[in-house]
Amino acid sequence: MEKIFTRPESLYDLPTHYCPGCGHGIAHRLIAEVVDELGIREKTIGIAPVGCAVVAYDYWNFDCSEAAHGRALAVATGIKRVHPKNVVFTYQGDGDLAAIGTNETIHAANRGENLTVVFINNAVYGMTGGQMAPTTLLGQKTSTTVEGRQKEKHGYPLKISEMLALLPGVHYIERVSFQSPGEVLKAKRAIKQAFRNQINNLGFSLVEVLSPCPTYWGLSPKESLDWIRDVMQKEFPLGKIK
Amino acid sequence: MKKRKILISGNEAIAEGALAAGCSFYAGYPITPQNEIITYMAKHMVKPGSVFIQAESELAAINMVYGGCAAGARSMTSSSSPGASLMQEGISYIAGSRLPAVIVNIMRGGPGLGNIAPAQSDYFQATRGGGHGDYRLIVLAPGSVQEAYDLTQTSFDLADKYRIPVEILGDGILGQMMEPVQLSVKKIKPNPPKSWALCGCKGRKPNIVKSFFLAEGALEEFNLSLQKNYEIIRKKEARYEGLFLPDAKVILVAYGTMARIAKSAIIQLRSAGKKIGLIRPISLWPFPQGPFNAKNKKLKYLVVEMSYGQMLEDVRLAVCGRQKIEFLGRSGGGVPSEEEIINKVERIL
Repeated sequence: MEKIFTRPESLYDLPTHYCPGCGHGIAHRLIAEVVDELGIREKTIGIAPVGCAVVAYDYWNFDCSEAAHGRALAVATGIKRVHPKNVVFTYQGDGDLAAIGTNETIHAANRGENLTVVFINNAVYGMTGGQMAPTTLLGQKTSTTVEGRQKEKHGYPLKISEMLALLPGVHYIERVSFQSPGEVLKAKRAIKQAFRNQINNLGFSLVEVLSPCPTYWGLSPKESLDWIRDVMQKEFPLGKIK
Repeated sequence: MKKRKILISGNEAIAEGALAAGCSFYAGYPITPQNEIITYMAKHMVKPGSVFIQAESELAAINMVYGGCAAGARSMTSSSSPGASLMQEGISYIAGSRLPAVIVNIMRGGPGLGNIAPAQSDYFQATRGGGHGDYRLIVLAPGSVQEAYDLTQTSFDLADKYRIPVEILGDGILGQMMEPVQLSVKKIKPNPPKSWALCGCKGRKPNIVKSFFLAEGALEEFNLSLQKNYEIIRKKEARYEGLFLPDAKVILVAYGTMARIAKSAIIQLRSAGKKIGLIRPISLWPFPQGPFNAKNKKLKYLVVEMSYGQMLEDVRLAVCGRQKIEFLGRSGGGVPSEEEIINKVERIL
């Protein structure tokens, strides 16, 4: 019998350490599928973040580097400049990319570094216990916004993708979601586009993924997907931003 | 090929030494008094295959160097005290990931923004690790512009040999002053092959560059392997210059620019018949213990620093209570003069 669905070569056969309903597993797999389909496994170098996905390199079957919290795009810049023919991508959460690493993010984008960024926006700090992230929605309860995020005290959800789109060095930005299987397929297309752009030397490409964190949203996996659709996507509209 | 001798500053000598050592990756951020390094690298790292980046901060610069090293390139950054402080996080990660980076700190006055006058007050930061975690750097302290050129080349070799970050610790005077430098006739070294580096996993298993060890016992095991490496370095890589040691009644201990001033003082004291010697540590970590093993109980040491006593602690550890140790130090832009040293020596003789 013909096998029509298999594990990508770029993904190791391992039990997951992520919580039930978490989006990281899907994101890891989509990247692995894209790397396989583009035939670039042997020249791909991934940069893992600090956060829940700190051990992303345990799942991926290609070269990887760690980066200090927020510094992934500085590390990626170093690697890509040394090996311009390799495919280098960062995998970063909202705290990593849009709080502690905002400076590195903006300047790598502004230099037009020929890199691919997969940006997981789940509106909380997961690894440290569900604190407020730069992308936490107004009214959203977290362990550091116990009454819900208030604009007067905590400012607004940061739309870093829209900010980055203003920079001439940025080639492509799209926001996608894991809210339904259909949206996951669209997410994969966007990730593939972001990798293809790098292969074609088109410059900085970023895909922002609205990804569920049932554990720190206090919702079931199914409720989390509904919350992305009904609440999160209203603040962070899907589609091509640049 | 004829040997070339040129007149350059200490900062330029460090940059030229790095290029001669095959440094193919530099990232830095401007800060006084080391700006000649970043501008020299910008001017000379223009050929394909060499990477120069003016980073948006010292944080970014050191992490770009992390990337450059991880990709297998001989990589360097340079800064001065406040910038070196910002780099400590990255240096800790570089040490934890066993990456062979070269970091230059041309020290200025602190704490805080301090001033831009020469200082030696980052000795603790450099020799004790500086960032979080149980790690060390090899720290080399050039005493002349020629030595700045030579030791920069040595730094890259040591960094690669031991997979350890190496810091060149100079001060504002060394960085700014100009002296003739004999350039090496050796061809520029190609970057040595590194089986652990990241370049895509064609024909091998994936390489991972990381400092994260979550499994029970894994970090302790890794840290023990670091300690083993440090033990070998302690045994093999301690460097110093000794002057007039056998008959000395007082031995001055000074490094970098301070050792030059100490030497001038010693020459005057010797011509007046006073038996004064000098120990000039060239590696600050590992600190050279060997020259401090004299048994003569009447011998005295005088440690002279552009700080209020940082290397002094290493001298105390090396002397281990056998002899008396005196100290002369100024900081915040103050540099102990020849006269101050001579006066102090005459008081303690």
